[in-house]
Amino acid sequence: MSQTILSHTFANGLVLVAQPMSSLQSAAFTFLVPAGCVYDPAAAGGLSSFACEMALRGAGERDSRQFVLDLDNLGVERSEAVFDSHTSYSGATLAENLPAALAVYADVLQRPHLPAEQLEAARLVMFQELRAVDDEPSQKAMIELRRRYYPKPWGRPSQGDEEALAAIDDEAIRDFVDRHYRPNGTILGVAGRVDWEQLKDCVERALGGWQPRPEQPIVAISAPVKYEHIDYSSNQTQVGIAYPTVPYRHPQYFTAWGAVGVLSGGMSARLFTEVRERRGLCYSVYASYHSLRELAGVFCYAGTSAERAQETLDVTVGELLRLAEGVESHEVVRLKARIKSSLIMQQESSSSRSSSLARDWYHLGYARTLEEVGRQIDALTSEGISAYLVENPPRDFTIVTLGPAELEVPVGVS
Amino acid sequence: MEFRRHTLKNGLELVAECDAEAYSSALGFFVRSGSRDETEEVAGVSHFLEHMAFKGTPSRSADDVNREFDELGAHYNAFTNEEATVFYAAVIPECQDRAVDLLGDILRPSLREEDFDTEKQVILEEIRMYDDQPPFGADEKVKALHYGPHPLGRSVLGTAESITALRVEQMRSYFQSRYSPGNIVVAAAGALDFDALVRALERCCGPWEPFAAERIVTRPKFHDGYEVMRKESATQQYALQLAPAPAAEDEDRFAAKLVATILGDDSGSRLYWELIDPGLAEQAAVSHYEYEGAGAFMTYMSCEPEQAGENLERIRALFTRAEAGGFTAAELEQAKNKIRSRIVLSAERPRGRMFVVGSDWVHRREYRSVDDDLKTVAAIKLDDLHAVLAKYPVTRSTTVTIGPLAELPAGK
Repeated sequence: MSQTILSHTFANGLVLVAQPMSSLQSAAFTFLVPAGCVYDPAAAGGLSSFACEMALRGAGERDSRQFVLDLDNLGVERSEAVFDSHTSYSGATLAENLPAALAVYADVLQRPHLPAEQLEAARLVMFQELRAVDDEPSQKAMIELRRRYYPKPWGRPSQGDEEALAAIDDEAIRDFVDRHYRPNGTILGVAGRVDWEQLKDCVERALGGWQPRPEQPIVAISAPVKYEHIDYSSNQTQVGIAYPTVPYRHPQYFTAWGAVGVLSGGMSARLFTEVRERRGLCYSVYASYHSLRELAGVFCYAGTSAERAQETLDVTVGELLRLAEGVESHEVVRLKARIKSSLIMQQESSSSRSSSLARDWYHLGYARTLEEVGRQIDALTSEGISAYLVENPPRDFTIVTLGPAELEVPVGVS
Repeated sequence: MEFRRHTLKNGLELVAECDAEAYSSALGFFVRSGSRDETEEVAGVSHFLEHMAFKGTPSRSADDVNREFDELGAHYNAFTNEEATVFYAAVIPECQDRAVDLLGDILRPSLREEDFDTEKQVILEEIRMYDDQPPFGADEKVKALHYGPHPLGRSVLGTAESITALRVEQMRSYFQSRYSPGNIVVAAAGALDFDALVRALERCCGPWEPFAAERIVTRPKFHDGYEVMRKESATQQYALQLAPAPAAEDEDRFAAKLVATILGDDSGSRLYWELIDPGLAEQAAVSHYEYEGAGAFMTYMSCEPEQAGENLERIRALFTRAEAGGFTAAELEQAKNKIRSRIVLSAERPRGRMFVVGSDWVHRREYRSVDDDLKTVAAIKLDDLHAVLAKYPVTRSTTVTIGPLAELPAGK
């Protein structure tokens, strides 16, 4: 699997990072704009999401109807998301439509109308999204876990809260976009059937005139929570457990990631085997790795009926603590097989590559080729992962439960 | 791209789209076994059986099955719906034969009682999980109302009661009525060694004895109806509507997909501008579902409870306008552009093609390439869409709403 990753930093600071994939007919793009929800003022949670919703309501020559119509006719499968550090605008389409799609997004980023007459409609959309989370207990539990695990403003929910959303006005949105929609700090990842020189020219034409703005500092305040229960009327209790790990850019990242892969991933991984297969305690149980630039966490989830929730928490925590005793070589062999086939299959998707390229650049200042990732995976050993776990056992847990009754945190959990 | 097929002596069929350029191989075992094949006493058995397939065979323990799938680095899973249970895996090409051997083996599961009892708890947790996520309950209710006594009205998951009462002997006898080799299609796509694939299948599935596994397909009679289900713990109100639509074997199913796209795609559709853009609903969409002998337009809407009544009226009015006034050429063009792009994008992964090739064969014993589908979509005219709407009016629907409201007047 030979691949080339090309990158260019434009005069205004915008970074383009691309991987031509000639076997595909599609091309995909991911804009990471440094306008994530960490930049929401403390009293205006949800402002970044509100701004994103407004930015899609017309830009440049297009009103909101023309905007949607043009993207539909270009066959762009699009999505937007607001993360801690960035707002992401991404899409995939037939390769020949990429330049036109990028031109539409160049307008969104530089010339959004933010139409005052649509502010109330957009506010209703925000309320709807907020309420929808209330009907998804597993999602709600994990949002609350993230909020308590990371030092503020990291880990804040991008959806904001009802009171803050109600108070956001036209001026706050304009001000947010003015400050945070800027080329310096924006990363554009592109993957698929593209010609690098043509792509670079196209981006230069579309976004070269975008004016830089000052960077915005973040001050984080830590207020760790050990255990919190949230009352919620439901059959099941949602159990969320988080603990610290190294961020993506850390030299030991792949080792730490490998340890989480032993815990969760395939159906032979420890959590699935012990919690679901052996004991039938739940349908869904997993652990996932989440990394910000400087901080990271392992987030574990299990959902189970209220009367079996205590046992589920105990067994899950037991597995996390047992990890410190090390991992077996056969577990690492399976982990490697799974990851290596994922790497190969990533080449079949322009979307997944374009977002990986942009994310890598943010974390590392360059994008790893799949070959480089493959070498890092090859280098993993059970001894290496076990040694890491002796030094860095899962500990300092933050636990959130959501359901009809509070649980007891198992003994031995610091 | 080359289509190849092979039939084993016992009736099991293999259909494959070979693409030498692909990076991976996708394999799926499509068993014609779903909720429409069940009776009231065993409601949910097809889906439970899907879980049990992973719990071991005469030559593999449950741990072996999970471990071996992971050793292959496979992306694998299974799902059950109204008319099929599908077991699938995507692997790198060198693991093709081992993946066939493993997938084939789990289709002859041991169905041990002890595993059955443990897995029953997992199924019950799955039901409780969905029960905490509205609109669960309404989706099964709307099917039951719409299809009446027809088997398509049956629940896929079953209920906590039916699963609790189910005995392993009942599952074994259900297995003996559905998992006959003649009732199974193996679909494959991507980088395949077809001859090796045939050999692996012959080795693994060749010895399976065929037996009778009939499905009597009748076209359902449709019932319209309206029901409000109360769920006080829900925050949002949800509404689901089913209306008859072209079936899997009907030529006008492509036109039906375009109708659904114009009416209720998640971007740029009529419902989008009516309800999503102004913030009146969180979700509002129309999709086209196709089954053997029946099809459905499914309308889905979620919003804050106070808005639900007005939204249902707006949906009704919007559908009535479409039935009376039809669509514009610009709308058709927009819908075609979207569908064309989706067909191409989803075909880039062998997994995406495997599902299409498999379901085309199961439904119609027909192979259609990506180009065939693109050409068919390109040739559809406005009149075709209008004919679908005339034959299958979207207003002739069954509606179930669920949420905090105790009552909600039907949209007029």
